Amino acid sequence: MQCLMVTILEQPLKIPGGLRLSANKSQSLRAPLRQARIPARLYVPLSQHIGEAAEPLVGVGGSILKGQPIARSLSYISAPVHAPTSGRIIDIGAYPVPHPSGLKADCMVIEADGEDRAAPGSLRMEDVFEADPADIRQRVRDAGIVGLGGAGFPTSVKLNPGPGREVELLVINAAECEPYISCDEALMCCRTQEVIDGVRVMRHALHARQTVIGIEDNMPKAISCLQNGLDQAGETDIRVIAIPTVYPAGGEKQLIYTLTGEEVPSQGLPIDLGIVCHNVGTAAAVGRALLQGEPLISRVVTVTGAGVRQPANLDVRVGTPIADLIEQCGGYTDKATRLLMGGPMMGVSLPSDAMPIIKTTNCILAASRQEAPQPLPAHPCIRCGKCAEVCPASLLPQQLYWYAHARNLDKAQDYKLFDCIECGCCAQVCPSHIPLVQYYRFAKTEIWNQEREREKADIARQRHEFHLERLEREKKELQERRAKAKKALNKPKVGNADSKKAEIAAALERVKTRKAKQSVTARNTDNLSEEKQAEITKIDKRRASNPNENRP
Amino acid sequence: MEFPTQSSPYLPLSNDLNRLMVQVMLALIPGALCLFWFFGWGVLFNLLITATTAVAAEAIVLKLRKRPVMATLSDGSAILTGLLLGLALPPLAPWWIPVVGALSAIVVAKQLYGGLGYNPFNPAMVGYVVLIISFPLQMTLWSPPRGIEAEFLPFLDTVRMVFTQALADGMTLDGVTMATPLDASKTELGLNLTWSEILSKPLYGSFAGHGWEWINTAFLICGLWLWQRRAIDWRIPLGMLSALFIVSLLFYIADADSFGSPIFHLFSGATMLGAFFIATDPVSAATTPRGRLYFGAGIGILTYVIRSWGGYPDGVAFAVLLMNMAAPTIDYYTQPRVFGHRDPRDS
Repeated sequence: MQCLMVTILEQPLKIPGGLRLSANKSQSLRAPLRQARIPARLYVPLSQHIGEAAEPLVGVGGSILKGQPIARSLSYISAPVHAPTSGRIIDIGAYPVPHPSGLKADCMVIEADGEDRAAPGSLRMEDVFEADPADIRQRVRDAGIVGLGGAGFPTSVKLNPGPGREVELLVINAAECEPYISCDEALMCCRTQEVIDGVRVMRHALHARQTVIGIEDNMPKAISCLQNGLDQAGETDIRVIAIPTVYPAGGEKQLIYTLTGEEVPSQGLPIDLGIVCHNVGTAAAVGRALLQGEPLISRVVTVTGAGVRQPANLDVRVGTPIADLIEQCGGYTDKATRLLMGGPMMGVSLPSDAMPIIKTTNCILAASRQEAPQPLPAHPCIRCGKCAEVCPASLLPQQLYWYAHARNLDKAQDYKLFDCIECGCCAQVCPSHIPLVQYYRFAKTEIWNQEREREKADIARQRHEFHLERLEREKKELQERRAKAKKALNKPKVGNADSKKAEIAAALERVKTRKAKQSVTARNTDNLSEEKQAEITKIDKRRASNPNENRP
Repeated sequence: MEFPTQSSPYLPLSNDLNRLMVQVMLALIPGALCLFWFFGWGVLFNLLITATTAVAAEAIVLKLRKRPVMATLSDGSAILTGLLLGLALPPLAPWWIPVVGALSAIVVAKQLYGGLGYNPFNPAMVGYVVLIISFPLQMTLWSPPRGIEAEFLPFLDTVRMVFTQALADGMTLDGVTMATPLDASKTELGLNLTWSEILSKPLYGSFAGHGWEWINTAFLICGLWLWQRRAIDWRIPLGMLSALFIVSLLFYIADADSFGSPIFHLFSGATMLGAFFIATDPVSAATTPRGRLYFGAGIGILTYVIRSWGGYPDGVAFAVLLMNMAAPTIDYYTQPRVFGHRDPRDS
């Protein structure tokens, strides 16, 4: 057993670099968390997670009940999809989805019947705190739960530390460091019990020795809600720690560093340190699934920005079109000039609101021109180094930019391009207004493409080499066979009549069985009428009983 | 509803190149006014000529290079280079001195290398060094600072001197010019005068050269303001000033008769202008945090060496250029440890 020591620091550290941004969370927190209306039509994408897309289980026209699985996962890194409400599947096909590529993706379109009838569930576990972790993981998997912080990695996979590995520390990420986003804060304040239940289930599933909830210190209300909830539950082993508010303290590696002082190794995972990190919303979804039996069919979404009339946090069914949600928040103001999914630092800029909320949508930000202005023309880099000051990974963004710009990809990798988490701090402070993150994404994609090309070339070369090898081998074998045949011809004939007779008999036998086999198997007589079929069977039987009939 | 898309991040940007340049130019004003007070109209002529030449040269080269002229000029870097060069020139130098200097700075040191962001050497210092190597005589034409019993050139006489090299009746070149304290002290040390004897001369003020001490103080205060506004990085000035201080202190302790005091060095010549305004030019400086300390320290040490044993009156320009050459190497060896690349031996 691998045993690692992890200590939770008394005084949380400040991450290297980072930015202090105005939080802008109060707008959406004025009203309490409320239930969103179920729209008439829902567009449920088959891929809302990292990994392979799910495969539909219900065809077009099929009736479905709320919570019923409508698409299943085919591989380990994947997640099933459930019906967000009851109704009918009216189409399965490519529709716009909120993805940075801007491409359409396969969705199941559901016409809601308005009754919201639930399917009988099998996710609930009565004795969840005694259950085998493997069972819990299976249920979490069946519930379609993925990381709700934004990445959408299947949660059941992250609940599995792997053989021979012990979990020293479970970190619940409640930092929510990006401006404007307040869905986790709303969740912690309004559904404290759900959160705590989920954390306890996760702790049990991982057999984690210590559990800590890391939360930015600008959310005093959420902190006190959690602390009160834990106190009421008599839960003393789960600690709530307020961490300094600085963007991006909520990055997984950054949060672990803040709480423990440990650095997740580059290219490594937290589990390498005996740590597992889950988003607080994910924890709540796990609690909901295992204690209330509801799969992941809804999530809390922040709708905010100066472009929307009544910013709020809503519990939204997956598949709800963004336009519908905006409508429920009073519609757009005339200031709305940009639509973002996620926060203003790492979010995705959406071309239209005719796209659904998916499992990973934490925020819809309808931004005004002041909040998200037009990109300014870029000047040359003057190497002022402001980017390096704010980089949470302690990279030299100015050098990365230099090499990415020059397409010197090897050098970019030497300067640890792949340790860039694309948080956007560098671009935010760049006085030359260079879209730095875009350059890094470009360089990363180029490198991946090159690697793919190289792999392809390797495979092609291997195949060519195998081909040549085979030709060579076949030539050699032919020669050997010829030599053998020649030898056999030259060999003086030996043997008696008996053995020859036996040989002939054996050969005859072989021919006979082969013929018999052929007569039975070689029929192109499918799809015949019943009487014809009966006739053929009769003839076949007769032939089998009298093999000589077959002879010409 | 449809929306335009763009790449993250989306928030309004917090810094701006133009604002940065304007801040630096504003911070130059008090020091420039000090120079003007002590050395007269020539200072203003220099600034005017270098700035105009720099901008004009930049515009012409951009035009020849088929680059956007107005957009590039508006970044303010050309005018700043001109101003920095202008502040370093002797006030009574003939008008073509600033012209040649600004042309070398902008055309040769900056645009031939590809313009802003691509020049390996500090353009203003290249301009200065071209002048001091090619025209050493003209580069000594410093007037005596105000307050010393010498003739102070009025406006019209300065105009005549700068533009026609003609002196007013009854004036001699020796009468209207005077060596700078750094230059003079070097000569006097060569005459075997002790440091205390030198300091008692009228050319020296309360803690450094007369006039120069206040000019340097002005640049120091404005430099600190720039640092407080986060327009410059603190490491280069700190590295340079502390290295200069330490080295000069060591020699001063060893032999106080033949070496200037640390305070004298810190407040003489181009020390403060160099530390806060010239060495901090980010394009040609080292760019890693640790590298900047070394870069600054290198300038401090070289400045001292050139001042003490070199043939030129001040060493800042040469020191900056030498360290510009070393910057890529410094950067290579001072890369910060990237997050997650902790040495396994540490744990």
